[in-house]
Amino acid sequence: MKKTRLFSLIAMTLAVLMVFTACGSAATTQTTATGSKSTGSVETAAVNEDTSSAEPVTITYCNFNSSGGNEETLAKMVAAFEEEHPNIKVEVETIGYDDYFTQMQTRVAGGTAPDCYELNIENFAAYANKGILAEITGVDVSGLNETALGAFNVDGKQYGLPESFSNVVLIYNKDLFDQAGVAYPTNDWTQDDLQAAAEKIRALGDDIFGIWQPITYNEFFKVVAQYGGALLNEDKTEFTINSPENLAAATALVDRVLVSNVQPNAVQQGGMGDWDMFMSGRLGMIPTGIWAFQTFTDGCDFEWDIVVEPGSTQKATHFFSNCVVMSPETKHPTEVATWLAWLASSTTAADIRLEAGWDLPALKDLNALSSYLDITPPDNREAVFESLDYLVMPPVIEDYALMSDIISQKLAAAADGTISVQEALDQAQAECEAQITLD
Amino acid sequence: MRKSKTEKAKQQGHGVLVASPFLLPSLIGLMVFSLIPLIISGFISLTDWNGLDQLMQPGFFQDHFIGLGNYKTILTTPEFWRTLGNTAEYIVLYIPLMLAASLLVASLLSRPRKAIGMFRIVYYIPVLTSWVAASLIWKSVLAPQYGALNGILEIFGIEGPGWLLDEKWAMPAIVLVSVWKDMGFFGLILLSGIIGINRTYYEAADIDGANGRIKFTRITLPLLTPSIFYVVIVAMINSFQLFPQIMIMTGGGPNGATQVMVERIYQYGFRYFRMGYAAAFSWILFAIIMVFTAIQMKGQKRWVHYDD
Repeated sequence: MKKTRLFSLIAMTLAVLMVFTACGSAATTQTTATGSKSTGSVETAAVNEDTSSAEPVTITYCNFNSSGGNEETLAKMVAAFEEEHPNIKVEVETIGYDDYFTQMQTRVAGGTAPDCYELNIENFAAYANKGILAEITGVDVSGLNETALGAFNVDGKQYGLPESFSNVVLIYNKDLFDQAGVAYPTNDWTQDDLQAAAEKIRALGDDIFGIWQPITYNEFFKVVAQYGGALLNEDKTEFTINSPENLAAATALVDRVLVSNVQPNAVQQGGMGDWDMFMSGRLGMIPTGIWAFQTFTDGCDFEWDIVVEPGSTQKATHFFSNCVVMSPETKHPTEVATWLAWLASSTTAADIRLEAGWDLPALKDLNALSSYLDITPPDNREAVFESLDYLVMPPVIEDYALMSDIISQKLAAAADGTISVQEALDQAQAECEAQITLD
Repeated sequence: MRKSKTEKAKQQGHGVLVASPFLLPSLIGLMVFSLIPLIISGFISLTDWNGLDQLMQPGFFQDHFIGLGNYKTILTTPEFWRTLGNTAEYIVLYIPLMLAASLLVASLLSRPRKAIGMFRIVYYIPVLTSWVAASLIWKSVLAPQYGALNGILEIFGIEGPGWLLDEKWAMPAIVLVSVWKDMGFFGLILLSGIIGINRTYYEAADIDGANGRIKFTRITLPLLTPSIFYVVIVAMINSFQLFPQIMIMTGGGPNGATQVMVERIYQYGFRYFRMGYAAAFSWILFAIIMVFTAIQMKGQKRWVHYDD
């Protein structure tokens, strides 16, 4: 009697423990193929090390960008890469965007970062300045766009490779331009031309507006560049948020809402999304990402086209890039660098990417992208590449997210008329100085 | 006598032994997911950890130790007091409204009538809806120009405010949505309280000729106070931890009008990479909740009646 009790007790404890180990390994990572069979993991790891010279090296790669539709595209790339490099195996783990960065933060801090992973510009800034990325060396990256490459270069060290890009162009509603009797925009347009056209289109009706451009940090750092300004001084030691150039830029943006009202205020917008407003034919122009093309092609029952965004004293265009980085703790830096360089700059990867209609590779040689130009609308698709001549990158500082939140909040207050533009920039300058220490 | 006592103790000891494997899963869960993180976060709050450096490296704590620096900074920034004020605004509006709505729901659902089961389900549906889905739907309902709510108000000749876009109305709008979502849950708790009230009180009142209002205020309400007390405490704790609806509907805006503590903790910890600061912020939140709960526990003697 007693023996059976004791036995059942032990059995139960074991069962409980097994449940826990199973949960644990499943929750932490799916990358190590052997990890899920709890007891065997230690031995298998040892075996792997012994035979590493003959067996292919396995590296782990985490990403968010393929989630929600392009998982198979990435799998295709991996297959093509493994065919070219039979000695390297890439284990891919895809995590949805919403969870990705908190997950990566936990893993990096816990010392269980994957060999390489993907970061967006905002998080790259934070990671690179904290010394938790390895310099990527020994691979040929000459095929990559130099500005994009430069954005992921901190103090002369290449911590990230631009893996894909998107940019922003001025998209306009041809029908509204025809109705207002205004000539279509050209690549030579300035902000003044844009303002004049916006006013004529606004005159078409109470519910029709000339332009919609978000008055947030993400637009602002580009618009100040169009006015010859910047948010930081050149060596990034001081904030220059309330400079005269920046004031001119912010005033132009805010006046479109509060003075000429060619741009709807929050109430006029009525909670409608900016793309929806454009697709409903109520917006003459919208500077927005090239990722809008497909949605607009499907959703607009009018003619539209694109041009390079107008500048003021100079042109400046947006450039969004995700990069791939390497963990300093990887045991296979050479193999990881080979994979990352291949993923970012090989024509094979570029072809697979384009064929799937994913985002664009950040290549210097745009001939590789020629098939992309054949798709219409927009007719003037070349503007996507022409825009690359003027691209500006956001300033990479450690407290990037905090800076962008402070500036966005102050700009929003200016745009709804709570404070003046001058006050908004002064306050943003003061708060950034108080809360952020620049090196 | 003595023998039986030791026997009892033996049996009890045996009981613990038998029970432990059953308790183990939740105990381990509590340790791993609550207790240990709680202790660690206490240490983190005394450091300037950025959330990315490896905590387990030797010497980390000594190198990054900044004492009570985080607490001092938080308590001296206007931001903290502003978010506390916003939370207070939410609580002052939310608790009475939620209580009134849940009482109404509970008393409506307590009466025997046709298809009452269906109504009970209908009122409980918002509770089961995810905050993400509910927030997104309410965002469009509350849209100033094309939203359903302002459309209805317009029928009555009222020009509705900008709701989530208006600094004054954003918090009341959040309260409205929260009351809608929570009244089913709290209503259910109050409902079980109402059903648990001994029928004989009502029968006696009927004989004495009491009307419905008197029965409600003199019998139902006093005997419901234990349930109401529970509801108020839970609602208060939830209010201090207000987060998902804010994150989705306003993101703390407009102009910081709906910034609350948990939203700040999330931003500092995961977006601004100031984990030490965020940990200290959450300990301050913990202290505030403790103090308010303690006050309520002490105060309950004055108004809560236990029917025994």
